[in-house]
Amino acid sequence: MKKELSYLDSVHRDGRIWNLSVMVILLLFPVAVGLIFHAGLDWRGFAFGMLATAPMYWAVGVIETFTFVPMLGAGGSYLAFVTGNITNLKAPAALNALELVGADIKTEEGEIVSTIAIAVSSIVTTLIIVLGVLLITPLTPVLNSPALAPAFDQILPALFGGLGVVYISRNWKIAIAPVLLMLILFIAIPALGKVVSIMVPVGVLFTLAVSRILYQKNLL
Amino acid sequence: MQFNVNHPVLFLLAGIIVLVVLAQSVWFLRKAWKRGMEIGMPMGKLKRIVIGTAVFTIAPATAIVISVISLSKKLGIPLPWMRLSVVGAITYETPAAANALSAMGLEWAKVTSLSATEYVTVASVMTAGIMVGIWLVPVVGKKLISGMINLEKRDKKWGEIFSASMFLGMISAFLGYVFCNFAGVFRGELSGLIPPLVMLVSALMMGLCALALKKLGWRWMNDYALPISLIAGMASAIPITAWLG
Repeated sequence: MKKELSYLDSVHRDGRIWNLSVMVILLLFPVAVGLIFHAGLDWRGFAFGMLATAPMYWAVGVIETFTFVPMLGAGGSYLAFVTGNITNLKAPAALNALELVGADIKTEEGEIVSTIAIAVSSIVTTLIIVLGVLLITPLTPVLNSPALAPAFDQILPALFGGLGVVYISRNWKIAIAPVLLMLILFIAIPALGKVVSIMVPVGVLFTLAVSRILYQKNLL
Repeated sequence: MQFNVNHPVLFLLAGIIVLVVLAQSVWFLRKAWKRGMEIGMPMGKLKRIVIGTAVFTIAPATAIVISVISLSKKLGIPLPWMRLSVVGAITYETPAAANALSAMGLEWAKVTSLSATEYVTVASVMTAGIMVGIWLVPVVGKKLISGMINLEKRDKKWGEIFSASMFLGMISAFLGYVFCNFAGVFRGELSGLIPPLVMLVSALMMGLCALALKKLGWRWMNDYALPISLIAGMASAIPITAWLG
């Protein structure tokens, strides 16, 4: 008799099928363009372009996978790693939704909440981008206006100010050490601003280490 | 067929990919919603998640449209549209495209048009250069999630602290990032104060929302506190930048 899959197992099965299919389709885009327009790949340009791009972003990809999968749950992760914009949109959306309903990501309810939040965020983003593409001519002068530029330049501080105050106020004992460490590091070494993706796992590992010590000393 | 970066065929190809990814989101949304109902999650709760997330997403998604507009000047509309709907982020796409062009002896700032070969090469580098997450999650995702669940089973309290620590680790990195130009303030460059002040406005607005929820009993505020503080922070950036920028 065929064993019935649990919800989580079926999410992994579907996620694997979807992600690997999307990967193939994405790789087919340049192939299709080349075939349709009878254009080959500039192999030298591709090789050197990859050499300049891949080491950094493949490393970031590996780090992000191990950092964000435990935060976003299974369904949320499969979706977020396909739809992108994880740190500035999908992870905050999931965190906010979990906070909203008081769910823990390690429970089935948390898994469902995170998946719904990331799916909705992806759908809304896709639709807004489609709208933006359709209305690109009238929208360009508005969205590119110097008056609005500072607002869009400061989206990350505006996002993490609100999100930070919620999490820090709830877990201030855990938060003190990593927040201080990161403030010191980023103020002392401004160039770290260019590799914030790499600093996320540094922050996570440091926070876990501090929390473990505090927990073992019964301070949490 | 004469190639140009806004050729209708490119719109068609990009549109197909965007549709597939949209279908994946709808698939997972339906699946999670159905399971939520099965385990007895109230419909109202599920609707709150949907509406709260949709409202929160509007401002960051608009920022992504700006990235599409910005990249479209060099790469046409279809490629940035597809890249930023799938996987990408402006912080990755521009350097990846610039690296590919540079490897072909072209300069990002000076490019006004692309040949089909250049376009195919740029699209290939942009695609292959950020593919890791898509295939690595299927490879390691199940083990990572199982590890988290087992951790919770072994020690529930530590499991909860573990989750909170991971979120706080990420948040602390971004709080630090907000201060990455702060050192300039000591040399009289006040623009380094703009991101911390914007963050402060956003944090204060979140505090006000919490106060309204507690003191005035505005329960709806709970669902919209993050989008409200996000918009307040972004709006405050305009006068703050005019003052210090």
